[in-house]
Amino acid sequence: MVRFALAAVLSVVTAASKELPPLPYAHNALEPFISQRTLEIHHGKHHAKYVNTMNTMISGTDLESQSLEEIVKTAAKEGNQGLFNNAAQSWNHEFYWKCMSPQGGGGPPGKLKEMIESAFGSFDEFKKEFAAAGMTAFGSGWAWLVYDTNKNSLSVTKTIGAGNPMTEGLVPILTMDVWEHAYYLDHQNLRQNYIDKFLVSLVNWDFVSENLERAVSARDSGADL
Amino acid sequence: MTKLSLAVAALLAGSAAAWSTPMKMKADTGVNSRRNILQKGAALATAAAIPTAAANAYSVPDLLYPFEALEPYIDAPTMKIHHDKHHGTYVANINKATEGKDPVPILDLMADALEAGPGVRNSGGGHYNHAFFWDEMAPPDKAKKTKPSEQLEGLINKSFGSMDEMKAKFEAQAAPGAVFGSGWVWVCVNEAGDELKLVGTPNQDNPLMKGVCDEVMYPILGLDVWEHAYYLKYQNRRPEYVSNWWNVVDWDKVSENCAYAVENHCGVTVRD
Repeated sequence: MVRFALAAVLSVVTAASKELPPLPYAHNALEPFISQRTLEIHHGKHHAKYVNTMNTMISGTDLESQSLEEIVKTAAKEGNQGLFNNAAQSWNHEFYWKCMSPQGGGGPPGKLKEMIESAFGSFDEFKKEFAAAGMTAFGSGWAWLVYDTNKNSLSVTKTIGAGNPMTEGLVPILTMDVWEHAYYLDHQNLRQNYIDKFLVSLVNWDFVSENLERAVSARDSGADL
Repeated sequence: MTKLSLAVAALLAGSAAAWSTPMKMKADTGVNSRRNILQKGAALATAAAIPTAAANAYSVPDLLYPFEALEPYIDAPTMKIHHDKHHGTYVANINKATEGKDPVPILDLMADALEAGPGVRNSGGGHYNHAFFWDEMAPPDKAKKTKPSEQLEGLINKSFGSMDEMKAKFEAQAAPGAVFGSGWVWVCVNEAGDELKLVGTPNQDNPLMKGVCDEVMYPILGLDVWEHAYYLKYQNRRPEYVSNWWNVVDWDKVSENCAYAVENHCGVTVRD
């Protein structure tokens, strides 16, 4: 019972789990922008496979007791590409689902809005830059809005494969999956259409805003993120 | 491409169209079709007495079979979108990247593609790879009648042990853990021409490009494992796509590729 309670506490404290987390919404909740079928396969097959493969790889090792973030960072540091790919993709997908919402869209609130305007000039300019990052990620990759703790500012970046900006010391605030499996059933080659729908109708700005607040207060309190 | 080889290519394209069934959906040749550009270029040249720069325009080669011909192993919608849209985009972009430059076969851009920059590397590579890919495949009924030449069989046995072993290693290299994300798997003739090598490359890179593999090598067989190559039919089931793919491989063409690469120590040309 104690172990169970401890695990429950750890799972609250840990930002991301090492089990396949459930989708934050029903599989059909993002229709018509992302289809039920896409979410079933993207979450139930792709994301699940990354988690299972990672767990197989860390089974019986010290990494089993580490958090998902720690595993990602350790794998990156050690140049363990196979483990990195699966751990980072596990992290990336969990984050991605939360970046979307059936009530998504609209725009950023408060401080996030200010910082976006400060970094990009306007919300529209941010959307253009973020969309361009998504369009120009050649092959499989991700577009990110990140917070730079040192500069106290936001920027847009992109990564390839399983890449995650936390390995560069940046804090992910928002992500968008542009691997073809994220949109191919719904949009085929028209990645631009998927990106437009994501930006207009899907982004969970409350979650993005929370991510920023956490990062900023960690910076203010000098905490190690 | 010289005017003479363009004329030959146009003849070949014309006769290929004659082989296709009435149901064939014509490739979307559009603005970038060589015929279109030649005509426009010729008109411009006549009008303004300037040399036509149009001759370097690449175009998507028509498939040698209808879109549905590789069913059930590769589905018709995939073939159509893959050929018309994905390959079409690479062609549009390589044309942009090479605008104003002297016309050369796309093969000639491969060796120095990394140095030439992302435009040539990604879109030039994309054009070469896909043009190569379409022509090494054939409808299943035709494919099953093809077989490796003695030369190819000898090299396969020498390099991998047997055809079955080659296929097993190829499938392992094509697995999502091996080529992670987007890329291709290739069987190549080495520089010396005495061995076959198996390699995976990322994105639209290929072994012809200096700096991509340990040594430059000459592809004779290649498989696209970008998700767009299989997602509509197979979704996440890439291994099933790969193991089904053998049913549409034209081993006669692969044997020709092999003979050419061994004899000439260079990559095969493609219809570009």
